[in-house]
Amino acid sequence: MTAIRVLVGTRKGAFILTSDEGRKKWSVSGPHFAGWEIYHVKGSPVDPDRIYASQTSSWFGQVIQRSDDGGKTWFQPGSPEGETNGGDGMPQGESNKFVYDTSEATGKPLSTHQWYDGTQHPWEFARVWHLEPSLDDPDVCYAGVEDAALFVTRNGGVTWEELAGLRGHESAPNWAPGAGGMCLHTIVLDPKNRERIFCAISASGTFRSEDGGKTWAPINQGLHSDYIPDPTAEVGHCVHRIAIHPSNPDTLFMQKHWDVMRSDDGGDSWREVSGNLPSDFGFPIAVHAHEPETIYVVPIESDSLHYPPEGKLRVYRSRSGGEDWEALTDGLPQEHCYVNVLRDAMAVDTADPCGVYFGTTGGQVYASRDSGDRWEPIVRDLPAVLSVEVQTIQ
Amino acid sequence: MIRVVLPLHLQTLAGCDREVTVAVGGEVTQQSVLDALESAYPMLRGTVREHVTLARRPRVRFYAGGLDLTHEPPDAPLPRSVAEGSEPFMIVGAISGG
Repeated sequence: MTAIRVLVGTRKGAFILTSDEGRKKWSVSGPHFAGWEIYHVKGSPVDPDRIYASQTSSWFGQVIQRSDDGGKTWFQPGSPEGETNGGDGMPQGESNKFVYDTSEATGKPLSTHQWYDGTQHPWEFARVWHLEPSLDDPDVCYAGVEDAALFVTRNGGVTWEELAGLRGHESAPNWAPGAGGMCLHTIVLDPKNRERIFCAISASGTFRSEDGGKTWAPINQGLHSDYIPDPTAEVGHCVHRIAIHPSNPDTLFMQKHWDVMRSDDGGDSWREVSGNLPSDFGFPIAVHAHEPETIYVVPIESDSLHYPPEGKLRVYRSRSGGEDWEALTDGLPQEHCYVNVLRDAMAVDTADPCGVYFGTTGGQVYASRDSGDRWEPIVRDLPAVLSVEVQTIQ
Repeated sequence: MIRVVLPLHLQTLAGCDREVTVAVGGEVTQQSVLDALESAYPMLRGTVREHVTLARRPRVRFYAGGLDLTHEPPDAPLPRSVAEGSEPFMIVGAISGG
């Protein structure tokens, strides 16, 4: 029997929604970590009961939480219950420590990046935006952080180390923050090539590693961004989200600040596929679980007006990998709707037919159990939704 | 015992009440109180002070006995009322917006 578990991160806690394969009746648990911003919650593909959560606060810093029972109970892996002190007499709490690697071994000193006013600014850790558990090992998980860098744990979240080759790339002094900060918000692991990792940074662009994260190269050829001094620069593009279908990882889809893009050569080059969208600004992009050329976006009016065009909440679906888009409106508010859908707040399940889910800044989580044809809110009036992930559990 | 008052977010993180007590050996200072707090509640490490530098996080403030101690040196003695346990050492999230 299949179950569906939806992991929702919000401005004031995490919520877990569960249903059977019919996806008609949902139970809600939460808030977990009440009052804290939960930027992302994601489960391991190889052990669905292993879930990692990023709990964060501008006041009180970063906390990593882990569950080994599908979200029923949580703990901080660096502060196990009953072990209040490390060997040196000092407290542990190591799972919350994200320190940029400035060791001689990596040769990557704490460097600077471009600030909003064009001056250079030192890297400062703020929070974990995105957690990406390994495709093979539940104890391995990647973390994308602000200020942009990639960290990894190899011990279930007890400790984290930076993969400093990314922040140490020669282009890094030219990276600049977007409106939400300079965040590494997307991590995509190639299921056919375990050494290949993609990541995306606002506002820098997309990067690819072919050696498991040791070295990186920007892959932004074909992107055009009118809002930067050189619209076709190697870095500086505000990429909002990238996505792949596991069966065809050489094809990447991208929602950029403006423009929906695709690449068919692993990111070496990109072309625009915005087609007939009412606006090509937006945040999330998702790929159908069983149709590699069926993709979803949620058009937003503009970078100044973070709400849907005409006050109509519409998911757009392309069954041709872009260019030709159809509006999906059945069950979604078609007047007076001024919510946003953030970059990590859309996901699909792998049931048949494919379920599609997204959360809004108005606190609704909408679901479609027929690939987007019809929608209904499976919970509403939560705090503003930051992230949505879906687990299909056999 | 030293009384320490925590903000709501740290209460939920530590799974404790608003006020906790910690034992401090030697002089009672911001530093020794926070060391004792983090030893008793390791999940609070990095939340009041930065992990590596142990510097106070920018949006955290300290009060005791009606005094703002936020900018006092970390190794300065805290008021006698805190050391004697008649007043709590208060850790407060700075108010900055809604």
